[in-house]
Amino acid sequence: MSLFVLRRLGLMLLMALVLTFAVFCLTNLQPNLEKLARSEGSVRMTDESIANWIVQNGHGGSMVTRYGQWLGVVPGWTYTDDKGVTRGRCISAEVPAEAAPRYCGILQGNWGFSTFAKSPVTTVLARSLGHTGWLMLAVMLVMVPTSLLLGVLSGMREGSRTDRVLSAFAIATTATPEYVSGVIFVALFGSATAGLSPLLNQWGWIEGKTLFLGTATSAMDDITFWNFSLPVMTIALYGIGYIARMTRASMTEVMTQQYIRTARLKGVSFRNVVMKHALRNALIAPFTVIMLQFPWLLNGVVIVETLFNYKGFGWTLVQAAGNNDINMLLACSVVAVFVVLVTQLISDIGYVFLNPRIRLS
Amino acid sequence: MSDWDPSKPILEIENLSISFFTRLREIPAVMDFSCSVMAGEAMGLVGESGCGKSTVALAVMRDLGKNGRITGGRILFKGRDLTTMDDEELRQIRGSEIAMIYQEPMASLNPAMKIGAQLAEVPMIHQGMSKADAWALARQIVADVRLPDPDRIINAYPHQLSGGQQQRIVIAMALMSKPALLILDEPTTALDVTVEAGIVDLVKALGEKYGTSMLFISHNLGLIMDVCDRLCVMYSGEAVETGNVHQVFDEMRHPYTQALFRSIPLPGADKNARPLISIPGNFPLPHERPKGCNFGPRCDYFTEGRCNAAEVEMREIPGGDRHASRCVKWEEIDWTAPPAARIAKEKTPVGKVVLKMEDLKKYYSVSGGAFGGGAKKVVKANETLSFEAREGETLAIVGESGCGKSTFAKVLMGLETATSGSILLFDENVQSTPIQQRNTDTVSSVQMVFQNPFDTLNPSMSVGRQIIRALEIFRFGASDQERQDRMLELLDLVKLPRAFADRMPRQLSGGQKQRVGIARAFAGGAKVVVADEPVSALDVSVQAAVTDLLMDIQRENRTTLLFISHDLSIVRYLSDRVMVMYLGHVVEMGTTDQVFSPPYHPYTEALLSAVPIADTHVTRKRIVLEGDIPSAMNPPPGCPFQTRCRWKSQVPGGLCEREMPPVQMLEGGHQIKCHLSSEVLATMEPVIKIAAE
Ligand SMILES: Nc1ncnc2c1ncn2[C@@H]1O[C@H](COP(=O)(O)OP(=O)(O)OP(=O)(O)O)[C@@H](O)[C@H]1O
Ligand code: SF4
Ligand code: SF4
Ligand SMILES: [Mg+2]
Repeated sequence: MSLFVLRRLGLMLLMALVLTFAVFCLTNLQPNLEKLARSEGSVRMTDESIANWIVQNGHGGSMVTRYGQWLGVVPGWTYTDDKGVTRGRCISAEVPAEAAPRYCGILQGNWGFSTFAKSPVTTVLARSLGHTGWLMLAVMLVMVPTSLLLGVLSGMREGSRTDRVLSAFAIATTATPEYVSGVIFVALFGSATAGLSPLLNQWGWIEGKTLFLGTATSAMDDITFWNFSLPVMTIALYGIGYIARMTRASMTEVMTQQYIRTARLKGVSFRNVVMKHALRNALIAPFTVIMLQFPWLLNGVVIVETLFNYKGFGWTLVQAAGNNDINMLLACSVVAVFVVLVTQLISDIGYVFLNPRIRLS
Repeated sequence: MSDWDPSKPILEIENLSISFFTRLREIPAVMDFSCSVMAGEAMGLVGESGCGKSTVALAVMRDLGKNGRITGGRILFKGRDLTTMDDEELRQIRGSEIAMIYQEPMASLNPAMKIGAQLAEVPMIHQGMSKADAWALARQIVADVRLPDPDRIINAYPHQLSGGQQQRIVIAMALMSKPALLILDEPTTALDVTVEAGIVDLVKALGEKYGTSMLFISHNLGLIMDVCDRLCVMYSGEAVETGNVHQVFDEMRHPYTQALFRSIPLPGADKNARPLISIPGNFPLPHERPKGCNFGPRCDYFTEGRCNAAEVEMREIPGGDRHASRCVKWEEIDWTAPPAARIAKEKTPVGKVVLKMEDLKKYYSVSGGAFGGGAKKVVKANETLSFEAREGETLAIVGESGCGKSTFAKVLMGLETATSGSILLFDENVQSTPIQQRNTDTVSSVQMVFQNPFDTLNPSMSVGRQIIRALEIFRFGASDQERQDRMLELLDLVKLPRAFADRMPRQLSGGQKQRVGIARAFAGGAKVVVADEPVSALDVSVQAAVTDLLMDIQRENRTTLLFISHDLSIVRYLSDRVMVMYLGHVVEMGTTDQVFSPPYHPYTEALLSAVPIADTHVTRKRIVLEGDIPSAMNPPPGCPFQTRCRWKSQVPGGLCEREMPPVQMLEGGHQIKCHLSSEVLATMEPVIKIAAE
């Protein structure tokens, strides 16, 4: 088992390197650098001075060395200009050239400076990840129990009316992308002039103008039911349909197994047939799916955070991409790669754990 | 339940009719079925596949699924009608008063629950027993079903046990709350014969110990005779004959029962002198049953206007022990008359050596460990096999699952290459030539008939096309016309109507498909045909026809037939020589008479004693082997059979545990791979004795 985990970790590391290198190459393409030079230097630079700027700011040299510098395995660049002032990757206002370390990549904890936020990448990233963390947590808390419940309920009696209704719901939600459902939700619950809110307000059921708030900006300081519901619902809904359908498929399959019949003919009540005999076997497949949902949730996060103006990871990613903020983009992709790989690992280990046939043989 | 009188039947099924409702039509699976089981009695239910045995059993459990419904009749259990009970009443009876065991043990155990938990659940539900007590009881019952090391087993998961052990657990589960009635639906079909013998013994002993009544479903008449007191023969959804086992076996009063007995190979049957008689025609589908007697179209005694006039009633046979038959003519039929159709055939002379194997070995290397780690292991599938087969001869290869029979066939066919040794086919060495490199002649001269006729035919190609394809591959004939003619001849050869050339495989029955498989194998004029369990997937009445067909073709073409089987009855019936394999070793080889009479190899002896024989005149010595077949990946040191051998103590000095026994040559070329001295071998008694009639 530990060998297995070790091997998976090794493989993960390799994949992380390959993937980040790919992102590094894409973000450091020549046109991007030229754009950066214009925005950092001056917009009216000549082509020649752009080339100089690129070289003088450590963006020259081969892609591999630059990647090595960023990673922290190749010494950081330095450049001494005509005035004798030395600049470099590891040199900043606080750290003078004499005291600067040779290596300063992400391995040393130096994630660089965000050109857009005008502050270190780590600070921005930590803050936005914190926001997204809360969002994800809420989504998971809503999504996992709901979807498993829906899946199990519809799968335990295949073809029943409950099953048909729930399945239709599940299909409808997966067929609706977040940018559609998000807009619908805002219109339905978050608008003071349309949807349900004016009605409810008229009847005196709600005090405020709207049932839920159509933007989640205020949730960054203080999460409330009012300001957080819509973004959470929007992300969770898509996942609910998907996981519920997986659970249902798995549950219906399990319910037709011989051992379920054995249990039934032992006199086990239907409730316990489902709870004690079917559930664990039926959850093996959805567990993997839930874990694999995490990376996919990032996707939803990008859309929803932008839509609801919630400054989390997704929002930061969009801003970084829009503003050619190379360091930020790189950091975001490292996080994304990390999330994908770690959830993969957890899903594999969890699968083994739930399934004794694999665990012990 | 208190008002139930123990002298009354514990289970009484009265005129039960069951239908399945599909989109197309209603399928009347069981019609007017009656039978009763007394306390402590074992009732057998026999019949061919699809005759409705399982349906009856599931109806008793009231578990017919969504589309099944009881359309008439009553099922009385201890005087209470099960057909009108509601879910809660049923739940209380299931598992506590009636328990059921079915065919596939692995599938009936929950893979994610410990054995102990699955067992303990029963008394916890029904008797409200505490968890600790229930586990203690589980442990005790596990010991009762004679499983070694019960403490380890109750903490194990199902996949950690072998098939035989799992089936014992399923039995233990059924016995947890000492039910009054136990329903067993083909409980041993998936198991090897020696394992089956152990389970059957166990079921009988436990039945006696707890006084449980049993409803035992099987298609194997021999097994029914071993286990049951009474039986009920079913045909196409109806009971056709019922009575005491001995009475029905010796004085059957229904033509179907008679035909069934004539189509199974009992000791004394012989392919030349007394060939089997197959039942003509096919089983009617539930919605295509004829008017009047269902067996009419296949019955030798059929009389127009009487048998097909009206539904035939079940009638009591006077003087019998609750013996009844569903035949209008039973009083008129001369039940002692020998069958008319039996035509003795000539014995095929045996010719020159066609196939010769010398010191053949086949090892597989497999990797161990769940995550790909672990050392490579070697599975010795075949160890130093040597034998020869002659023209026109039938050589049977016998052994239980995993003994290497099929590997051997694959090596011979060139689907695998041997690790070492030589295979000489007509004096040409084909040992290491895989099938792609063999020339067409060699390929067409060695052909195979497979176990499962359902998988080997291309479902989207007509029967005639498939045979012509085979002819093309073997480059037979110069023109399409020639091949077309040959195809029709082949259909004649396998006794299929020529019109079948245009049929699709799905329009054929199992036996007919197997005939097409045989026709294809003989398309290239095969000299050696390897038949890997060719009839084991077929019903008994069809088995006889297919075996006879193979024999007829052999007579005509002087083919060498290698017949791979685990069924010793059929092997005795049709083979000239027998090779017994165990864990990749040939442990005994000789003519059929030599192998089936003493001296035996200890394994052959056990195997012979394990095979149930449906003949009341035969007495068998019971030798029940302990334990399971060791894994080929991890064979025991010394003699491969030493872990289960009951003769081991007769060999001095623990030789069996240390050294691989040599092959002893007894008289007449009879070979036995065993350390036992010739004196000890000479003291062996025959396992099967046939009482004089
Ligand atoms: N769920 C079902 N829906 C429709 N038809 C069914 C269903 N179950 C069984 N049948 C039909 O009922 C008939 C009896 O089936 P059953 O399973 O009782 O046969 P069996 O005697 O147990 O056969 P086997 O020896 O193969 O187990 C068959 O013709 C079968 O096709
Ligand atoms: S009723 Fe007629 S057809 Fe049916 S079994 Fe009897 S003799 Fe044969
Ligand atoms: S060699 Fe020994 S263990 Fe093997 S079969 Fe003979 S007596 Fe039994
Ligand atoms: Mg059945």
